Amino acid sequence: MATTTTANGLAAVRRMSLGQGRWVWAAVVILALLPIIGGKTGFISNYGFLQLSLMIVYAIAVLGLILLTGFNGQISLGHGAFFAVGAYTSAVLIDQANWPYWATLPVAAIMCFVVGYLFGLPALRLEGHYLALATFALAVAVPQILKYRHFEWFTNGVQGINIFKPAPPFGLPLSGDQWMYLVVLAIAVLMFWIARNLLDSRTGRAMMAIRDHSMAAGTMGINVAHYKTVVFGISALYTGVAGALHAIIFEFVAPDSFRFELSIAILVGAVVGGIASLPGAVIGGVFVQVIEKYADALTKKITTAVHLPIDLEPWTIYGIALIVLMYTMPMGIAGGLALLWKRLKGS
Amino acid sequence: MTQTTRRLLLAGTGALALALVASPVSAQKKYDEGATDTEIKIGNTNPYSGNLSAYGTIGKAIDAYLKMVNEQGGINGRKITFTSYDDGYAPPKTVEMVRKLVEEDKVLFVFNTLGTPPNSAIHKYMNAKQVPQLFVATGASKWGNPKEFPWTMGFQVDYVTEATVYAKHLLANVKDPKIAVLMQNDDYGKDYFNGFKQGLGKDADKLIVQLSTYEPTDPTVDSQMIQLKNSGANVFFNITTPKFAAQAIRKAAELGWKPAHYLNNVSASVATVMKPAGLENGQDILTAGYLKDPTNPLYANDKDFLEWKAFMQKYYPSGNLADGFNGYAYAVSTLLVHVLKQCGDDLTRTNIMKQAASVKGFQLPMVIEGIKVNTSATDFYPIQAVKMQRFKGESFEPFGEVISAEAQSQ
Repeated sequence: MATTTTANGLAAVRRMSLGQGRWVWAAVVILALLPIIGGKTGFISNYGFLQLSLMIVYAIAVLGLILLTGFNGQISLGHGAFFAVGAYTSAVLIDQANWPYWATLPVAAIMCFVVGYLFGLPALRLEGHYLALATFALAVAVPQILKYRHFEWFTNGVQGINIFKPAPPFGLPLSGDQWMYLVVLAIAVLMFWIARNLLDSRTGRAMMAIRDHSMAAGTMGINVAHYKTVVFGISALYTGVAGALHAIIFEFVAPDSFRFELSIAILVGAVVGGIASLPGAVIGGVFVQVIEKYADALTKKITTAVHLPIDLEPWTIYGIALIVLMYTMPMGIAGGLALLWKRLKGS
Repeated sequence: MTQTTRRLLLAGTGALALALVASPVSAQKKYDEGATDTEIKIGNTNPYSGNLSAYGTIGKAIDAYLKMVNEQGGINGRKITFTSYDDGYAPPKTVEMVRKLVEEDKVLFVFNTLGTPPNSAIHKYMNAKQVPQLFVATGASKWGNPKEFPWTMGFQVDYVTEATVYAKHLLANVKDPKIAVLMQNDDYGKDYFNGFKQGLGKDADKLIVQLSTYEPTDPTVDSQMIQLKNSGANVFFNITTPKFAAQAIRKAAELGWKPAHYLNNVSASVATVMKPAGLENGQDILTAGYLKDPTNPLYANDKDFLEWKAFMQKYYPSGNLADGFNGYAYAVSTLLVHVLKQCGDDLTRTNIMKQAASVKGFQLPMVIEGIKVNTSATDFYPIQAVKMQRFKGESFEPFGEVISAEAQSQ
């Protein structure tokens, strides 16, 4: 299993860096043109752009986890916590200190890197499922900490913080949602580009060597402890930036946004997308937003459309989709598609 | 000169007459997004999943009620499309679902969205968008603030009003009151406590000898109860949610403390509070309410109750007939339909708020007789009267007159 993932992961990185780069850029350009095409014709509503932005945001968050788990072999069940730290950093700075939204992003990034790095230090002693449990504890603790009485003066407790979406600058003929969609898209492209270059460098190869056999990697002179903590920090940074963007486009943060279900959702997104693949992060982001959020509505629609005699529970479709995906595409959708493409080409 | 004036005058009168004739024609049908000649779109969020999914039955019962209305021909010939999403009582999900309702489903307004935290999360958004947030399902007092939030209106008796009633009742009935208060440390608890102090008047700080608080995450309130008993108080105001209410009632009995016990309506439930606390421990506890409890034998042959029961059996057969929330949904839906009928053919958002703010002396079904809905441009609290109730045997028995705290909004 480990070796095949490695091979696939490496192959995915290579493929992206070589032949398919052009396609990726074409896709980005089309996405960037959406506000002009879709917005003007009313084809995509403002709510639609919010949805697209959220997909991209979750893709960045999933990418953070993929760097950690897929490329460095460290498991985290607590990435929702870093998402929360990023979101609150941004929201509090905007709400309390009246910072412009863009200035809060680097602060959220640094904040999350530091938190992730510090958390990575003790995590070094924990391997595999122990690390998973430790990070899980973090995910469970964060919403409670945000509700803590003595933090209420800046977190606003259970009620959360309402912020207002920035208007587009320079009098651009775009709505707030469309503008923020473009901002989120640009940041995502930047962050994916950095991740790709990182993985394609010495550092990236060291990360993967540690994942595949940390003792062997150590013998070859890689500073395992250093790499592991730094990767933890970088991973937290990615997810934290996603959190900050989420706060800005969603205009609202509350402790309940960051329940441990969010950490699970990010993990499920990573696994479903493809745990060691950059395109997998994009698919994972879409999955988190669409399937997760609309499983309930979908369940209802199907129940009425097919006239099912029983009342399905809201999460039924989600569960079925997960089981089917894991059976048919054990390496995630990205891995499954790559395999399918290979077969089609071969035949 | 005079000739011209007279002619001008004539022309003016003519024009005026024309305008008078013309205006009703142009004002005949007016719509905002979400309303047409055949349809009125209404949005809602409810917790159908999660810890508080017991509330979800309200959304289902409203849906059933509006189906009945549609079957009977709709409202002024228009059918209602009621879209209700699950928010699991999580404010972020509420924000997302309400944005979907307003921006994608294009509802005319949202109605009876449930819970104080979820409604707080969309409060500013609804008012910025100028879409009515009508008859919200929460008792916080902040929903009746038409000056700052003209697009939001509450429905049920707010906590402040209820607490004022307890204060007045105890001042009239308890000699030399020394009051102990147990309060959940959040917005809901503070709302009740502020209303209580208002009701006690300027001597409030002298009368309240002990205030103890707890966090919703605390395991028990035992130590607080010991503190309260030791204060030597002879009145106990119990501002707690069901789990803690049951604990407090049981602990008071264990300690042998028998004050005049006022329990907030939030926990006035036989099934979730009085039974777990032990029925014998809860005797003579006082509370106030405005709804008819469908399990109370007092209403077994009541006209409202029978009509509601028939409705439930026909349109919501899977609903629980012992669940007071279904009666609540029946009452609030009746008020909604009343307001929409009043709107006539002017289904603009402005007119909906205007009509919602001009209900006078309207008696809702499943609400205790004599408790009427009254609203005005400055009064955004529809129900502001309660009847005191005392726990006897296995149910709460209403007694005394309807106590009204009908007042202007702050």
